[in-house]
Amino acid sequence: MIWQSAIDFFSFKDPNVVYVVAGIIFINSSAALVGTFAYLRKRSLLADAVSHALLPGICLGFLFAGEKNMPALITGAFITGWISIFLIDLIVRKSRIKQDAAIGIVISFFFAVGIVLLTYIQKNGNGNHAGLDHFLFGQAAAISKNDVILFALVFFIILFAVVLLFKNLVILSFNPDFAQSVGIPVRFIEFFLTSLTVLAIAIGIQALGVVLISALIITPAATARMWTHHLKKMIFIAIVISIFSGIAGSFVSYTRAQMPTGPWVVVILSLITFVSVVMAPKGLLRKFFIRKKNENKINDENILKTIFELKGFSEPEKNPIFSTLELTEKRMFDTKKLDAGLKRLIRRNFIQHKEDHFQLTTAGKKEAARIIKLHRLWEQYLLKRTRIDADHVHSGAEAIEHIITPEIEKELERELGIEGIPEEDY
Amino acid sequence: MNDFFIILTAVLVAINCALLGSFLLLRKMAMVGDAVSHAVLPGIVIAYYFAGDKSSVFILIGATIAGLAATLLIDFFSRRIKIQNDAAIGITYTLLFAVGMILIALLMQGNADIDQECVLYGDIALINFDKILIDDNLYIGPRAMYVELVASVIVVCSLVIGFKGFRLISFNEDFAKSVGIKTSRWHYFLMALVTLTTVVSFEVVGAILVVGFLVIPPATAFLITRKLVPMLVISALTGIFSVISGYFLAIWMNVSITGMMVVMAGVLFGFCFIIKQLKSHKTLVSQGFDQKLREI
Repeated sequence: MIWQSAIDFFSFKDPNVVYVVAGIIFINSSAALVGTFAYLRKRSLLADAVSHALLPGICLGFLFAGEKNMPALITGAFITGWISIFLIDLIVRKSRIKQDAAIGIVISFFFAVGIVLLTYIQKNGNGNHAGLDHFLFGQAAAISKNDVILFALVFFIILFAVVLLFKNLVILSFNPDFAQSVGIPVRFIEFFLTSLTVLAIAIGIQALGVVLISALIITPAATARMWTHHLKKMIFIAIVISIFSGIAGSFVSYTRAQMPTGPWVVVILSLITFVSVVMAPKGLLRKFFIRKKNENKINDENILKTIFELKGFSEPEKNPIFSTLELTEKRMFDTKKLDAGLKRLIRRNFIQHKEDHFQLTTAGKKEAARIIKLHRLWEQYLLKRTRIDADHVHSGAEAIEHIITPEIEKELERELGIEGIPEEDY
Repeated sequence: MNDFFIILTAVLVAINCALLGSFLLLRKMAMVGDAVSHAVLPGIVIAYYFAGDKSSVFILIGATIAGLAATLLIDFFSRRIKIQNDAAIGITYTLLFAVGMILIALLMQGNADIDQECVLYGDIALINFDKILIDDNLYIGPRAMYVELVASVIVVCSLVIGFKGFRLISFNEDFAKSVGIKTSRWHYFLMALVTLTTVVSFEVVGAILVVGFLVIPPATAFLITRKLVPMLVISALTGIFSVISGYFLAIWMNVSITGMMVVMAGVLFGFCFIIKQLKSHKTLVSQGFDQKLREI
């Protein structure tokens, strides 16, 4: 059954499906586009406020037009959305109330006004109000041909504006103070950008509903930000994520008639966010691997060093032979970590496993000597260039020996005037 | 008599929200309250599905878990993943709310107790259908009122007992930390109280409008006074006033009762805001005048 409806949906035989998909593409692209700038300007929750404030506007538009006339509804929504932003700004500027509380006040007040108007329409109005409550939760299936044309128009207005003002928007998003100082009309552009945001939200409510439309502004941008530092790529990724979840969400709501579209779009969008949290370039997975790798490196180097300290000095010309017991006696190793480290070192050909003991190879000996040299270099550096006492230099060196690069090594040698120690004298 | 019970229930909601909301406002966490109030939805729906009845403690437990999950998720997004704090709030509450809506569509088909609209704006006029009768005929008020009463007792007692702690974390968290107070314990205590209030107020006022009760009266009080105790008193009084005036206006205009209550709270806030502006303008003018006099 699900396959049948999938085929029905994605073959686009049903013109309604075409309208829905086209509508979703325009709505979600607009929202992701303005959302990216909203996110970069740290104004995500303003979108939240605007979306709730659209409800009274829609009701007023309905009362004014007397029927469910999309342009009238969107105009009403646009106006109240704008008033809400103005009010938040006013409250923050003129009183001690902080922005988040101001948003809370405006959200709930406007929403309450919307609810009052909605119940007023339902109880006192004529019979045309059917479907007005779709704006609460979104019903993408209700998108008609005329709506699509309207959405496309709005999308191209937003796209055109963003392309035209791109340079200014970039500067404003990343460094508003600088933008002001080079004479960009900051206030005008902010006003303009806010208007675009309100517009994008206003066309989105039909598909997503007032409560969840803010997700369409916030979530794609925040998710895209995890993948890239590049603004154009970020916009692109945000739009792709948004369109994908929009279509997937309306598909789910297409298969089951009673399913509202908005919640599904949001859930799919959030799933993508969670996947990104784990997989993205700076995500949890990579962080975990980097930390693991670093831990292993430190562990292995400590093992090599300990072996060398054990035997390397007394019989410098031989490759030292040792057992794990000797190692743990010399230094407190965690047995599990020691075993894993030894295995890795064998693989890297730094030590060899003989029947009942281990032996350092020549390469391993060299590596161990290098680490000890770094350790001593740093100790010397601390002793000569800082006032740290001789008793205390060891612990600092113990930490830093693992991260000194060859360049820093050279620099240290030069600084200490022991340039050119022949390699065999390590 | 029914009017009286509805108003009394709403007054209790208003008092609970005003008291807790004041601390949220001072801690600059008004939007976290907003997020929690949306986020309890999936917890309520799941608990309702399994317990099968509205009065169960399971609902309270489920919703509290969901509410705390929301706070943790916000912390996770903003601290571990380094998403901006407000975006983290937005992502979290839209997700949990969406999950709740889907669960309602899946599990609650044709169920009259929880539907999508009542989730948003509640229906206080219906609370009288769920009555408590003693000996089958002595009517002593709707169940929701008693639930609210218990919640009020818990909230007020907790605030009285923990007043010092709450006051400290509201005004100077760093200082509180430095003298060795476990601020995060108080923080989660406060959040648990907020969740509790949200849950019990849920069926009465709905998820979004409860934010109005949480934020607007405290903000109004915050405009008027700078002291904590007067702020608590004033915000509770503001809440009560908007509840009563909102109720009668709504009946008169035949519109949503809770909606009208929040509208009245907002109107009251706007009124105080404008007066404050005019007053500060006046003081500025008179200060300038004084200065002129002194110069002469």
